[in-house]
Amino acid sequence: MSFDLEKIRGLFPVLHQEVHGRPLVYFDNAATTQKPQAVLDALRNYYEHDNSNIHRGAHTLADRATRHYEATREKVKDFINSRESAEVIFTKGTTESINLVAQTFGRKFIGKDDEIIISTMEHHSNIVPWQMLCEEKGAKLRVIPIQENGEIVFEEFEKLLNPKTKLVSIVHASNALGTINPVKKIIQSAHEIGAKVLLDGAQSTSHLEIDVQELDCDFLAFSAHKLYGPTGLGVLYGKREILEEMPPFLGGGEMIKEVSFEKTTYNEIPFKFEAGTPNIADVIAFGQALDFIQSLGKKQIKAHEDNLLSYANQLTKDIKGFIPVGTAADKVSVLSFNIQGMHPFDLGQMLDARGIAVRTGHHCTQPLMHRFGIEGTVRASFAVYNTKSEIENMAEGIAKIARIKNK
Amino acid sequence: MSSISTLQDEIVSEFEILGEDRESTIFYIMELGEKLPQFPADEQKDENLIKGCQSKVWLIADEENGKVRYFADSNTDITKGLISLLIRVLDNRSPEEIIQADLNFIDRIGMGSIIGSQRSNGLASMIQQMKRYALAYQTKLNA
Repeated sequence: MSFDLEKIRGLFPVLHQEVHGRPLVYFDNAATTQKPQAVLDALRNYYEHDNSNIHRGAHTLADRATRHYEATREKVKDFINSRESAEVIFTKGTTESINLVAQTFGRKFIGKDDEIIISTMEHHSNIVPWQMLCEEKGAKLRVIPIQENGEIVFEEFEKLLNPKTKLVSIVHASNALGTINPVKKIIQSAHEIGAKVLLDGAQSTSHLEIDVQELDCDFLAFSAHKLYGPTGLGVLYGKREILEEMPPFLGGGEMIKEVSFEKTTYNEIPFKFEAGTPNIADVIAFGQALDFIQSLGKKQIKAHEDNLLSYANQLTKDIKGFIPVGTAADKVSVLSFNIQGMHPFDLGQMLDARGIAVRTGHHCTQPLMHRFGIEGTVRASFAVYNTKSEIENMAEGIAKIARIKNK
Repeated sequence: MSSISTLQDEIVSEFEILGEDRESTIFYIMELGEKLPQFPADEQKDENLIKGCQSKVWLIADEENGKVRYFADSNTDITKGLISLLIRVLDNRSPEEIIQADLNFIDRIGMGSIIGSQRSNGLASMIQQMKRYALAYQTKLNA
């Protein structure tokens, strides 16, 4: 599909509404993206025509549901270029994907005095599961510092690496700052000392080309709802050899090979990690979201979003009292900022009065906010369907507020 | 001094003049916050924070000739505006008046939709705390 912005916007019914008498400007895409009609249709279609529990069904509906469900797994495999679809596990979201690794890989392979490295800019969901594991195992959490512009200090990361490092779990693109981390280099350095690497791809997968084989990451976690897909669904990618060594996460149906009261043997991957009836409808609908992204291509999407971000930077940089937070050279389309002397929540509410949806607060990255000595920021995050005139509208709103505040 | 209901009518008509324009309404609330008298810096302590507010709101009360006096501050401008409206209606009144006050201007303005549910909960907490102070002074005065 060629990049026809009007046509793309036409695919998203939610965008065509007014908020407080003004056209909705949706700039909260890093929290969740809107869903194209095809995703909504797939959800409805599944329940209207195919609803049935998947796998082991001898009837037509079960077979149809299973095929559609597994078709999405194939699409995810292509989307991230994993070697095989068995390396794609469906979860509830990025948070569950990370917890799964902590509770299975972590419990088996991380012991007393071992070390886990994360960075200062992690989302709480890539901090807390490791803290819980460290507490249980007597392991240590080490943190890569960042510079003022929001980039990690790579030399400090290399200094943290040592034979006790068992895992590096790092965000690919920061939700609060937009910083894209040099993950290829990080993975290479970590592998040199034998540590595994988990990438938190919640914010990167919708913007950047992801090739897990080329990156050579051991795990990748991401959520469907930030990729124009449904909520309550995520993916954990893991290398087969590691997934096979990992004990199961949840026990129950679907994840077993044979059960007797004496002993249970576990199913093959990916089913070993998908206990219980999965989120069938949302998985199937997610396939449509992936098709939508692939039809445009990440290259076109990224180019459009980069344009929006640089336009937003250009229009806001001279506003009196405007303080950008996170100015890394390599960023996804996130503009995090404050206005001198103003609480981010007020700013968010004022932009809402113009129909502009942004997120305010600590963005689940309290240690990062602490690093910058701030309570929070306002975050505008752009997606494929956003326009330059929406950016102009926001910049105008910010300028107006700043004028009043810093008069 | 005007009655509580007269003051509430005044506030409602001020907001009516602003009309449907949400941005002007928010700016107006912010402006109201600027009119709050200076709050003593040493009273910005945790024990004076109102529980149940997302942003920080400090509220203290004093008794003056049988009337309750309120002093408040916040770290956000909109919240400052909200508490200034409450102070305008409830300050310098007898504990009985405050306890019995029916603050209908909030619904009449449609404040809930202006400030959203998070802040509405905070606003309710502010009112509750102001009434608690009044109740405490009433008990003290009657003792």
